[in-house]
Amino acid sequence: MYLLWIAFAIIGSVVGVLVSAKAQDQGMMIHGMIFLGASVLAAFALISRHYSSRPAVVVEPGGVNYNVDIVKAGVIASTLWGVIGFVAGLFIALQLAFPVLNFDLPWTSFGRLRPLHTSAVIFAFGGNVLLATSFHVVQRTCRTRLAGHYAPWFVFWGYQLFIVLAATGYVLGITQSKEYAEPEWYVDLWLAIVWVTYLLVFLATLWKRQEKHIYVANWFYLAFIVTIAMLHIVNNLSMPVSLTGAKSYSLFSGVQDALTQWWYGHNAVGFFLTAGFLGIMYYFIPKRANRPVYSYRLSIIHFWALIFLYIWAGPHHLHYTALPDWSQTLGMTFSIMLWMPSWGGMINGLMTLSGAWDKLRTDPVIRFLVTSVAFYGMSTFEGPLMSIKAVNSLSHYTDWTVGHVHSGALGWVAYVSFGALYFLVPVLWNRKSLYSDKLVNLHFWISTLGILLYITSMWVSGILQGLMWRAYDSLGFLEYSFSETVEAMHPFYVIRALGGVLFVIGSLIMAYNIWRTIRGDVRQSEADSLVVNAEYAMGK
Amino acid sequence: MSYQEVSAFAQTYGLLYLFGLFVIVVAYALWPRNKDKFNDAANIPFEKETNNGQH
Amino acid sequence: MFSHKVIEKNSILMLVLTLLTVSIGGIVEIAPLFYLESTIEKVKGMRPYTPLELAGRNIYIREGCYNCHSQMIRPLRDEAERYGHYSLAAESMYDHPFQWGSKRTGPDLARVGGRYSDEWHVTHMRNPREVVPESVMPGYPFLAETELRVADIAADLKANRAVGVPYTDEMIEKAAEDMLTQLNPDADGVDEFMERYPKAMVRDFDLNPDKVSELDALIAYLQMLGTLVDFTSYDPETSKR
Repeated sequence: MYLLWIAFAIIGSVVGVLVSAKAQDQGMMIHGMIFLGASVLAAFALISRHYSSRPAVVVEPGGVNYNVDIVKAGVIASTLWGVIGFVAGLFIALQLAFPVLNFDLPWTSFGRLRPLHTSAVIFAFGGNVLLATSFHVVQRTCRTRLAGHYAPWFVFWGYQLFIVLAATGYVLGITQSKEYAEPEWYVDLWLAIVWVTYLLVFLATLWKRQEKHIYVANWFYLAFIVTIAMLHIVNNLSMPVSLTGAKSYSLFSGVQDALTQWWYGHNAVGFFLTAGFLGIMYYFIPKRANRPVYSYRLSIIHFWALIFLYIWAGPHHLHYTALPDWSQTLGMTFSIMLWMPSWGGMINGLMTLSGAWDKLRTDPVIRFLVTSVAFYGMSTFEGPLMSIKAVNSLSHYTDWTVGHVHSGALGWVAYVSFGALYFLVPVLWNRKSLYSDKLVNLHFWISTLGILLYITSMWVSGILQGLMWRAYDSLGFLEYSFSETVEAMHPFYVIRALGGVLFVIGSLIMAYNIWRTIRGDVRQSEADSLVVNAEYAMGK
Repeated sequence: MSYQEVSAFAQTYGLLYLFGLFVIVVAYALWPRNKDKFNDAANIPFEKETNNGQH
Repeated sequence: MFSHKVIEKNSILMLVLTLLTVSIGGIVEIAPLFYLESTIEKVKGMRPYTPLELAGRNIYIREGCYNCHSQMIRPLRDEAERYGHYSLAAESMYDHPFQWGSKRTGPDLARVGGRYSDEWHVTHMRNPREVVPESVMPGYPFLAETELRVADIAADLKANRAVGVPYTDEMIEKAAEDMLTQLNPDADGVDEFMERYPKAMVRDFDLNPDKVSELDALIAYLQMLGTLVDFTSYDPETSKR
């Protein structure tokens, strides 16, 4: 196996050399060199790991030698990418309020940085959270070590390489312009390889499990991994202009391309940002609250109904467009039905706390987790509402959509991730507690205020702009020119950026808290009142 | 195949299929005999000293 | 103890069931778009992009214009008055990928062709606030200074043909030449070029005859957007989708 991975790294280096030497454009040359560098580093790491002797791990009888290191790496990567992605978001928010910040340079313009922000938060931050938590949860709930010796590390580092290639590509102007699927064909190919390995590691771990039942969180993770593989491959089918050039042309065109893209785009939300993070909810809320999920039966119905209905909802992104009406109607119908399983899941998450509601007051980590579920409920109510054609005719193309996405992304995805990260750090590094619970509390309130500023300003600006676009004066002419509606957005863009500042500050507080916890520090003034890590107390 | 034929198929067999699938999932989840199994499953995240690795 | 085989089957079963469940929606919704003839209207006037327009379109994509500009006019009264006739599926039939967009931080561009002068575009791309004071658009002064890549455009046309755009052998052979011809009304090949690409506009778009710049290509693309379909012969009933 070891030799196979070495061979893999050598092939990677050769490909990197060839591509950068023969590159048709500057971007491909840089990417060839990055790929070469990564392959050489991988080969070096493989060799040095092979020849360094490590003490054998002692496992108590009945215990399991979990692969903790890979989860630790995922936690650190999530924290770093989170901060980077939030800062990128803040910067482009400021660009919309103060366009001078585009600096008139190609690499710093909004058009190139916006995909950098969305990819950094969705794929770099969210993706690493999903990698880390899925590897943690699948091991613990199967009571077995993660499958594979090198494969999990290939998944982790291969995924980081994907992020670096994608991000540098955007800045250099390499994009296929499909939202949330901007990376070009060769980066997509690389991600497909990494992703299939991820699926195999996950499946192989399930196969050697020591529990009869596959815990429901793993169902959600599995559905997330396999569906994203399908969506990614189909939506990125394209014809490269040259094998050593970055540019490609999508296999589909016009209306078919549009529906394929939004089938992908909506289900990236449904399976990456929802199913995957529901896996987090179903493990971490019961763990932190120390009580089983409210209704396991409901979770089964939740799972099947959610994955079945979600996949149909994509056309609601294309209401009133040149997409045939039957397709739009189908998309709207399923989007509205989706409200039911979503709220079933929300109730299941919230009611897990029943009988232990006081923990909301005493444990700020529970507060993050529970608030995330509340935001999930809110945005899964707003979503079906916005998919109704009449509402959509007003909301589409406006900031209302942006606000809706962020109530889900900041309130649900980021909060459930923060909760999971705060839970994981003491467990993984075997600390008795976090460095400080008060800082978690501060993080919670400061970022909640940030989210509220963000979504309320986007509601107002979105609805205002939608109404201004369709306003008529008494003579029957359009009342506002487009530029007047842009001008009206300015104050809301400033408020939104302010919300972003608060959210970034919150994430920095978290990074600091996590760093001090890893170091093993405890804030002395809170030493007696910290919430104790249950797994530490069990004497591990 | 025309649009009318496709939509007629979807509105009859498609509907039956959907409804059937839903009934199967709900029946599986609520079947009384499965109750203990699911109660066990719900406790998987918590360490069980007694039957660790055994079933 | 339990049998390993049954359990392996269970996780594979779960995988298969999940895949089946999530495939159905995509197949039922997307597949008919490819074979239902009513998806794309029959219209007169659509043609593949000229090499210069295609290069401009690639710059539009590269700079991420789709992040703030849609190219999809909805059949709503205010949009018809603000932007023109609603967009037809046929109008993006050669778009690999589509550029419908999802957000209007700036206005829709589906029919921006011919609405402003080249001069306006040159100024606007250099500094948007010089012509629209309220604009929040980034400036793109570097486009006028960047040399347009001409030599390898034929490969782009070939790739487009591979995914279904009806470029002829002649179009591919003359691609680089056509790119320069479109910028020069005095060139020899203008008549042939116009035969290959009816309704194409031939002039120096960036108002700087000394340079074949990326701005030339981008403006050529913007000026043709929404101008191809002949709406005098378009009847929604007979060409219904």
